[in-house]
Amino acid sequence: MSTILLIEQVLNGLQFGVMLFLMAAGLTLIFGVMGLINLAHGSLYMVGAFAAAAVAGWTGSFALALVAALAASATAGALVELLVIRRLYDRDHLDQVLATFALILIFSEGTRWLFGSFPLFLDVPAALAGPIMLPGGILYPLYRLVIIGVGLLVAAGVFWLIAKTRIGIQIRAGEADREMIAALGIDISKLYTMVFALGAALAGLAGALVGAIQSVQVGMGEPVLILAFVVIVIGGIGSIKGALVGSILVGLTDTLGGVLLPPLFATFMPASSATSVGSAVASMAIYILMVGVLLFKPSGLFGGK
Amino acid sequence: MKLRTLIAAASIAALGAGMAYADGSKVKVGMITTLSGGGAGLGIDVRDGFVLAAKGNDNLELVIEDDQRKPDIAVQLTDKLIQSEKVDVLTGIIWSNLAMAVVPAATAQGKFYLSPNAGPSALAGKGCSPLYFNVAWQNDAFYEAGGMWASDNGIEKVFLMAPNYPAGTDGMNGFKRTFKGEVVGEVYTKLGQTDYAAEIAQIRASDADTVYFFLPGGMGISFMKQFAGSGVEKNVMGPAFSFDQGILGAIGDAALGVKNTSHWSKDIDNAANKKFVADFQAEYGRLPSLYAAQGYDTALLLQSAMGKADVKDAAAFQAALEEADFASVRGDFAFAPNHHPIQDIYMREVIKEGDVVTNKIIGVASSDHQDVYGADCKM
Repeated sequence: MSTILLIEQVLNGLQFGVMLFLMAAGLTLIFGVMGLINLAHGSLYMVGAFAAAAVAGWTGSFALALVAALAASATAGALVELLVIRRLYDRDHLDQVLATFALILIFSEGTRWLFGSFPLFLDVPAALAGPIMLPGGILYPLYRLVIIGVGLLVAAGVFWLIAKTRIGIQIRAGEADREMIAALGIDISKLYTMVFALGAALAGLAGALVGAIQSVQVGMGEPVLILAFVVIVIGGIGSIKGALVGSILVGLTDTLGGVLLPPLFATFMPASSATSVGSAVASMAIYILMVGVLLFKPSGLFGGK
Repeated sequence: MKLRTLIAAASIAALGAGMAYADGSKVKVGMITTLSGGGAGLGIDVRDGFVLAAKGNDNLELVIEDDQRKPDIAVQLTDKLIQSEKVDVLTGIIWSNLAMAVVPAATAQGKFYLSPNAGPSALAGKGCSPLYFNVAWQNDAFYEAGGMWASDNGIEKVFLMAPNYPAGTDGMNGFKRTFKGEVVGEVYTKLGQTDYAAEIAQIRASDADTVYFFLPGGMGISFMKQFAGSGVEKNVMGPAFSFDQGILGAIGDAALGVKNTSHWSKDIDNAANKKFVADFQAEYGRLPSLYAAQGYDTALLLQSAMGKADVKDAAAFQAALEEADFASVRGDFAFAPNHHPIQDIYMREVIKEGDVVTNKIIGVASSDHQDVYGADCKM
């Protein structure tokens, strides 16, 4: 394997990881601050992608599409929190799983009613289409580089929000002791709605960005949701830093595992079975990583509690 | 989740007057297909094609159920349709794993099954049944034809890619069965994978001249969009499933120039097909897909047999179905002894007609194509 190919694959893994971060950040915030398992987070990702595809179809502008994705998913998130999730904070996790699973079904069928069963069209904006030449002779799609950039910017923004702003202090306080900050006169239910909408907006942004290079269809959120759960378990539940490190780890493991494992198996197996065995092990790689992390750090890499 | 359409209000008056001719015998059809969840587009097209061809036939009563792409639900619905609805004929299943769960059970209970899509090899070979007819294709057909066309058209080095599940590996084996050139790379991806950056990098690094892939549904859309954005200059080929009308709209210009094998295309030049394409667009306001064509042909086949024999007389009805005496939208169509099609498989190219991205036939990849499993079929 040449160095150029390896660097390209590392970039791919990085891009995948950054995308996962946008999903996992919201999920881990919601779980950390509110103690809520939100299975419907993948649906908010789908809402973002569909809103972007619809607006891009009407207006032809990718920037407007991104704004629409953020607005639609944040609104959907806030509505869901006000109407459904609010009643679930005091219930146990099983009730939350049941209710948010119901939300998945409602979102999926609702989207199908609105947009039909066929995948929608959402393309990369012309200015960002095509590959560019990186130093060292690596031809890499510009749009994927932009995704990496946007993802890292958003990560920096979320860190700043949590660490440096008043809202961030309230979020961290809510994570530590929700009764106490309510007693201190902070409107905890408003805070919860805001955190939920913020998480939803991040998921929607991920959906819109990824929708341009993948397929915008009903049910697109659930596979990503599973990976996002793996990320927050590895990173430590409730930790934004953990979500970022976990995302990059999962992204790199998944991408490089798929590339490196089949040739590795081919060194000691016949080529035909090495391809299938290698592919099978590669799809297990992130779960093996998760088991490995949990063996040594049972509460995840950055899980405090 | 109960969807039920009664195509024909029972023409009780005609029956009451004792007007039941042999060619006017009523047939009750149970359609189990995928109408919700992922892959619903395929089931909806099969249903719409079938309903279109059966329109106005008062002797055909249709009950439609949604299997949600789940084998357990499909099996429950089969029992329900056979026991409570007392259907004579079953049809509609899209997926091979569901077909394997339903078809043997249905034929064992003496019901006819007409497959409008799935064609697993087991049902074409050892597991064949006198009551089972496949109106679409045996699963390997498009791949074998793809391998033949590639060999005949100077393609030498191919990179293969498919999801790591039975239909994926079977498809690639079908291609390798007929392809005479060299396979320089072979990758099996996760089922449901949405990001192909790693595979595209491998394709770029390989010395293949052509990428041959089978990635159904959303997987194919993701791959084609990413492949087009990667700047890799290689030919792309595949079976029609990844380039069908419902999918092309979501891929857009990124699919232009792709070669794909199919038994049907909207530009096949015969009267039946012209009528089908025009009627389908008038009725539903969209271009038909190959699934719609298969649903349409299934209903035509059924009605041709209804005109010749009474469904209660299983031997006569089976013989009537075997004749395949209907004007298929695919042109020539016949059944092999294992009740699977003998038909031409075409090579299509994705082109742009005005604003619409669609397919155009550029040649025949395999004429009178027949599957290789029939030898194992003892009926």
